Amino acid sequence: MAKHSTRYFTAIAATALLSAGLVGQAGAQTIKIGVNEPLTGPFAASGTYVVNGAKIAADEINAKGGVLGKKIELVIEDNKSNPTEAAAVAEKLITADKVPVIMGAWGSSLTLAVMPKLMEYKVPMVVETSSSGKITTSGNPYIFRISPPSSVEAAAFKNILPKMSVKKADFLVINNDWGRGAAEDFGKTMKADNVQIGLVETMDQSAQDMSAQLSKIKSTDSDTIMVTTAVEQLTLLLKQATALGIKKQIITTGGSQNPDQLIDQAGVAANGTFHLTTFAPWYPDDTPNPVATKYFLGEWKKRGFNFAGATESFRGYDGIRTIAVAIEKAGKAEPEAITKALWETELMGLNGKIKFEKQGPAGKESGQSMPNVYLIKVDNAKVVLPKL
Amino acid sequence: MTEYLQHMINMLILGSTYALLGIGLTLIFGIMRIVNFAHGELYVFGAYFVYFVAVLLGFNFFLSLLFAILAGCLLGALIEVALLRPMRGADIDTTMLIMIGAMIVMQNTEQYVWGGVAKSVSTPFPETPLVIGDFSVSWLRLFVFFAALALIAAAYFLINRTKLGKAMRATFQDRDTAALMGVNIQAIYMATFAIGSSLAAAAGALLGPVYVISPQMGNIASLKAFAVVILGGLGSIGGATIGGFILAFAEEMGAGYVSSGYRDAMGFLLIIAVLLFKPTGLFARSERVG
Repeated sequence: MAKHSTRYFTAIAATALLSAGLVGQAGAQTIKIGVNEPLTGPFAASGTYVVNGAKIAADEINAKGGVLGKKIELVIEDNKSNPTEAAAVAEKLITADKVPVIMGAWGSSLTLAVMPKLMEYKVPMVVETSSSGKITTSGNPYIFRISPPSSVEAAAFKNILPKMSVKKADFLVINNDWGRGAAEDFGKTMKADNVQIGLVETMDQSAQDMSAQLSKIKSTDSDTIMVTTAVEQLTLLLKQATALGIKKQIITTGGSQNPDQLIDQAGVAANGTFHLTTFAPWYPDDTPNPVATKYFLGEWKKRGFNFAGATESFRGYDGIRTIAVAIEKAGKAEPEAITKALWETELMGLNGKIKFEKQGPAGKESGQSMPNVYLIKVDNAKVVLPKL
Repeated sequence: MTEYLQHMINMLILGSTYALLGIGLTLIFGIMRIVNFAHGELYVFGAYFVYFVAVLLGFNFFLSLLFAILAGCLLGALIEVALLRPMRGADIDTTMLIMIGAMIVMQNTEQYVWGGVAKSVSTPFPETPLVIGDFSVSWLRLFVFFAALALIAAAYFLINRTKLGKAMRATFQDRDTAALMGVNIQAIYMATFAIGSSLAAAAGALLGPVYVISPQMGNIASLKAFAVVILGGLGSIGGATIGGFILAFAEEMGAGYVSSGYRDAMGFLLIIAVLLFKPTGLFARSERVG
């Protein structure tokens, strides 16, 4: 028995030494960037797309010689679509992997859970997807967001709204910071435009059956349903709305709808639906940066990824490129220098210029870039840019 | 009124699948005294099996359902022989821990094999719903409803009208006496676990195409199954059937008329209420003697 446990101990010690050696070695040659994304759970599809986009950016940067003469290395961790895990992952990335900067964490609730950790360790995070207003207004100076908050999305929608026939709208949103924030911001914008707001219904992020909520909405006199959730739940929701014979116009917000995946998985149920997105890969020539868009889409295709993911993955691509520019500007891979450099960072993303403006309480502002927003429509299993 | 009736239709369809989930779980607990935490994973197994056979291998959809049920049966038998048989006579906590372990292993295996991104299965049913007046229901869900009812009826028949069922009931009442009367207890345990597992796999196979299939879908299914069983009384098949419909009713009405944000809470509020007044559940059978 004694001999047995000694051998066991030796094995563990050897493994520990070996892995310590590996970590030490990797740290010396590369600049690490933490990636905190949902790779499992209800947001798995979206998180995976973002990570794939991030990898394309990292490979592109490394092929051109890296940053500050070193290669960048993505340390990718799964936050399981769970806020508690997201905070734990951030802590692990900062304390164990010693990353000087993070990209994450996809969902608003996930990002909000990470934010106190950024304050605690003074490490900046580029937020690539989350859209709750709270993220940039709560006074966290380590937040730099490249995705539009619901209010920016709603403001863009304001210009489109008069051209659509919307008199009264019901909301069906995911029951978290993202969904409730969207309902609030879009509700305000629409009310100001004399659109009546009817029901505001919510659904749990892991719910698979929304028939009860949809039945309730079916019986109202509204003409439009505003929906905010990610592609998996949206697929189910559209199918169930069709099954219930709902004929109302459906408009989705949030930019995580992956219209091609919807067409593929929801079939005819996706027809006639409108979606607000932040990237239009179907029409690369109409994007702000056609050359980069074509390069990105080419890489995406070359790696055999599903085209449907492009509307999500571009955020990961832009996020990592933003971070790389900031590190270069900072001149060293240290959290404080990168935080400072992010304020001076300026680059052309796939969806327009990325440049951070100050938001939130004075003295501890967060950075917010202002991207473009597009309205697209699914027509006969094809994505079209409706001429409005 | 129209809205109310639409909610009732939704409730019947949801309830039939909850009942199917609950019956498998209650059967295993009633006869074997095993709290099967892997029940939800057998549900996921059924769903992925249909995806594998129907989508990847291109078999007929209905045939795939049948294959999934059979595969669930086999996997259940395997789990019984490999994990539970060596633990025969161990107390309920030990087997519970084993089943929790089995659940974690199965969920991680699903994740490893299929990845975290959800899969969907297309069916031969038309996507345009059946519309009668103001009501509307999808053909697939209608099929799921009748298939679930048929499976529940089959489980009833098996337990109440066949020799195997008689032996199972005898084992449930008193294991030692049943053994003395010549009932092969080992075989009964294996059959019980296999049947319970196949019912879970059947529920997954039927619901996978209705929703989307992901490795985590078992968590919520497990939760609902336990809710149904506690509501109906542990070990009672009739209780689980009615419990399934009651849970669906509470959720549907709660979401429809109270608040959709608390949809899942409604069912559990109901359980708390039932447990306060009838701690053994609504239809509990009397405890086994000895």
